[in-house]
Amino acid sequence: MAGAKPIEAVNDFVIKFANVNGSGSASANELFARSILRMGVPVSPRNIFPSNIQGLPTWYEVRVSEQGWLGRRGGIDMMVAMNPQTWANDVKEIEPGGYLFYDNTKPMPASKFRDDITIIGMPLTEICNNNYTDPRQRQLFKNIIYLGALSVLLEIDPAAIEKLFSEQYKGKEKLLASNVQALALGRDYATAHLPHPLGIRVRKANNVGDKIFTDGNSAAALGMVYGGASVCAWYPITPSSSVAEAFQSYCAKLRVETDSGKHKYAIVQGEDELASVGIVVGAGWNGARAFTATSGPGVSLMTEFIGLAYFAEIPMTIINVQRGGPSTGMPTRTQQADVIACAYASHGDTKHVLLFPEDPTECFIHSAAALDLADRLQTPVFVMTDLDIGMNQRLCAPFEWDDKYAYDRGKIMTREMLDAGTDFGRYLDVDGDGIPYRTYPGTHATKGGYFTRGTTKNAYAMYSEAGPDYVYNVQRLLRKFETAKNLVPQPIVHQAKQKTSFGVIYYGSTSPAMQEALVTLEAQGIHVDAMRLQAFPFPESVSEFIADHSQCFVIEQNRDAQLRSMIVNELQVDPARVMPILHFDGTPITARFITHEVAEQVRLMKVTPIKKGKVA
Amino acid sequence: MTYLAKPKLHHPTLPTNTLGYTRRDYEGKISTLCAGCGHDSISAAIIQACWEMDIEPHRVAKLSGIGCSSKTPDYFLGNSHGFNTVHGRMPSVLTGANLANRDLLYLGVSGDGDSASIGLGQFAHVMRRGVNMVYILENNGVYGLTKGQFSATADQGSKSKRGVVNSDAPVDTVSLALIMGASFVARGFSGDKKQLVPLIKAAIAHQGAAFIDVISPCVAFNNHAGSTKSYDYVRAHNEAVNRIDFITTRDPITVDYPEGEVVTVTQHDGTVLRLKKVNADYDATDKIGAMNFIQQHQAQGEVVTGLLYVNESSADMHTHLNTVDTPLNQLNATQLCPGSQALARVNAALR
Repeated sequence: MAGAKPIEAVNDFVIKFANVNGSGSASANELFARSILRMGVPVSPRNIFPSNIQGLPTWYEVRVSEQGWLGRRGGIDMMVAMNPQTWANDVKEIEPGGYLFYDNTKPMPASKFRDDITIIGMPLTEICNNNYTDPRQRQLFKNIIYLGALSVLLEIDPAAIEKLFSEQYKGKEKLLASNVQALALGRDYATAHLPHPLGIRVRKANNVGDKIFTDGNSAAALGMVYGGASVCAWYPITPSSSVAEAFQSYCAKLRVETDSGKHKYAIVQGEDELASVGIVVGAGWNGARAFTATSGPGVSLMTEFIGLAYFAEIPMTIINVQRGGPSTGMPTRTQQADVIACAYASHGDTKHVLLFPEDPTECFIHSAAALDLADRLQTPVFVMTDLDIGMNQRLCAPFEWDDKYAYDRGKIMTREMLDAGTDFGRYLDVDGDGIPYRTYPGTHATKGGYFTRGTTKNAYAMYSEAGPDYVYNVQRLLRKFETAKNLVPQPIVHQAKQKTSFGVIYYGSTSPAMQEALVTLEAQGIHVDAMRLQAFPFPESVSEFIADHSQCFVIEQNRDAQLRSMIVNELQVDPARVMPILHFDGTPITARFITHEVAEQVRLMKVTPIKKGKVA
Repeated sequence: MTYLAKPKLHHPTLPTNTLGYTRRDYEGKISTLCAGCGHDSISAAIIQACWEMDIEPHRVAKLSGIGCSSKTPDYFLGNSHGFNTVHGRMPSVLTGANLANRDLLYLGVSGDGDSASIGLGQFAHVMRRGVNMVYILENNGVYGLTKGQFSATADQGSKSKRGVVNSDAPVDTVSLALIMGASFVARGFSGDKKQLVPLIKAAIAHQGAAFIDVISPCVAFNNHAGSTKSYDYVRAHNEAVNRIDFITTRDPITVDYPEGEVVTVTQHDGTVLRLKKVNADYDATDKIGAMNFIQQHQAQGEVVTGLLYVNESSADMHTHLNTVDTPLNQLNATQLCPGSQALARVNAALR
């Protein structure tokens, strides 16, 4: 090999599978990732898939990291190149000293390869053709055969894979046997013909612990089950569809009345996003906890209703699994580009509560919390996840629930209160927090009924177009938004080991890459305090954090520095003090990118990194 | 104007229903619509129907979209919760409200712009889902609040007040409701309260998606010669297929009709509809026959009214979704939250 020494790394590498969509590779690749997890080594896989069912290229990138870094690192150490369509780019992407695994059944010209990587050819098609006659089997088992070969090359415990097979094919003994056999075919060939192990390999560790491996969409759905949502209305849209589907399957297990078999939930697939959100508004108005799940284009269609819910003060929760916009945009790519669209969705003066979960565990927590917040604040609440969190399996802390926790249903005027003569003004601020009382429809025969409208009303919900009534209401809504600042999940600050004048602000799926970048930067002598925002509106502590640092970086996955604009506008911050660092090509942000950008900015500011105890 | 309170004084001899309420107890605020508006007659018919059926006013949720018609829920059932939603989207809000509490009576009020133009999609889908409701479309063929533009139910060739001839084909909401799966479809005329009140009562008793298209002339913009939604035109072309006697389970059947003139339909809740046939050939339980009849007669310029179709064994959305009998909005945390032990099992399956 000419240019580079082969990469040597145990439990710390990135492997990427280049496949054809619909070829059955997804389940084999997931088995690969899970088998490493079973060896106690953290992995973070990411599906990079097209808007297509069959034929277009698809990739599965697995980062193996004993240290537990779960963000994208950047760079590929080994490519499993199974797709001729993307060969050239796939080969180009490999790091110098990296590895290329491919099907060499058909000879390829030398010009198609590189001389600074290790090339491992295996006649996968030939092995399949010799062992299987059915074309579908030839295709499906090819994936398992390469999995077998990789287990030899990377020293993955075959027992871990076989155990996963036995769990997956429980009760389907024939399938189990044929998969075990295909795995052995791959292992036998690799053992006999391929150099092994490679410089990159897996070794048993104990760094997975009690963590769970799940995706954010399922976790959000489960949070909705635990948080007490009983009505879900949705319209299919990538990458959010699996939220409603997971809600359906969790409810089928966890929300069925034992004796009658009847459902303690209702799910409606609307005819569009307008209907879906309308159903959620209706259910919220009538006192059920309700949510919808969608993505950017869906939010656009929902905005009229979102405004109505804001002004009429109706609780509702919207999970926005963000993707690249617009409707014909990048539905299978990730971004944080709906932040402003959701924060100020609709016409008129509107502001909405946003939550920013960092991983599936927080998708669970924030979804349940959103239902409480929506009821408490009587307003729409957005859970802002994205495709990276939503559709990829992520190793994360197990879900927890305190059985003593009582739902916060907010300010409800009951029949008893009305009978006791309590003054009821649907839009009257009786407590000074901007939040009025509401009645559920049907509460009382003669008191508490009211007519719900957008803005043409007074504090007692009577029709009014009078200016002072309008002003009273919208000022009260601002007061309510102030109240929200203390109710939403608060920012989490990570202090650098040394006192520093630099700070970073980040949120959502940027989290794992940011955590890793902070450690790398520190090793380079660049100390940065970090604040992870969990919600909008921004609490006071955000202003204080910015004031405490002469320079802050705001890391986001969108082009327009949307959250930064909100910080500047909402907190009246000098724009020069919050510098945007932006990643928006549709792939998840990497630790290498953040490290490089922050280090570069610090260098441009001509601050010499100082190591060992000196104060910056 | 609505901010004027109606006098609360009742005439002491006003009759009461079995709940002890007078008709006045079913009224709302004073209408702000034009004098003579058909919509006010429909509000009066709703009040009459609810009073006669002993409906508790506060157990009704009245929802509407945007437009003249959609303002009317403020003018009846003052003790009910009402919701003036967004243009054309009342059906989805009503659907969600119904999902949250199956025990209330849902009354959707809409107009022809609201249901046949901007909200045509939601109109169709709420029927498909079999939402248990009474959906009243106050149909005047014109946009009133924006001063006289044609709506999508205006007949081809009909003339606007400004003299413009409508060239677009009309949306026939009763035919559409039939096709989309409504299990109770009727058409009334705001000028014929005797026909309309029993239709509303029967729709209230019906379990499932009940739709009533009510031709309701707009005195300001669509009551002139050349209009096919004017009082004069509808009176002249009204082709009533039947007249309903609505009979609750309690009422004895006292009136006898000659054999062959009356058809009895028993609904889910035991209420009986006695249809006095005006047209001897009309069978309101035959959906295909109903569609044929409506098409044929409308092609001749007639306005077909009456109970056009009823499916006495209809099932509603909650039956389709197999939801619990307790309204979803009354389930407590114990019933909704599976608890930490179940969560431990979920965690275990994700390792």
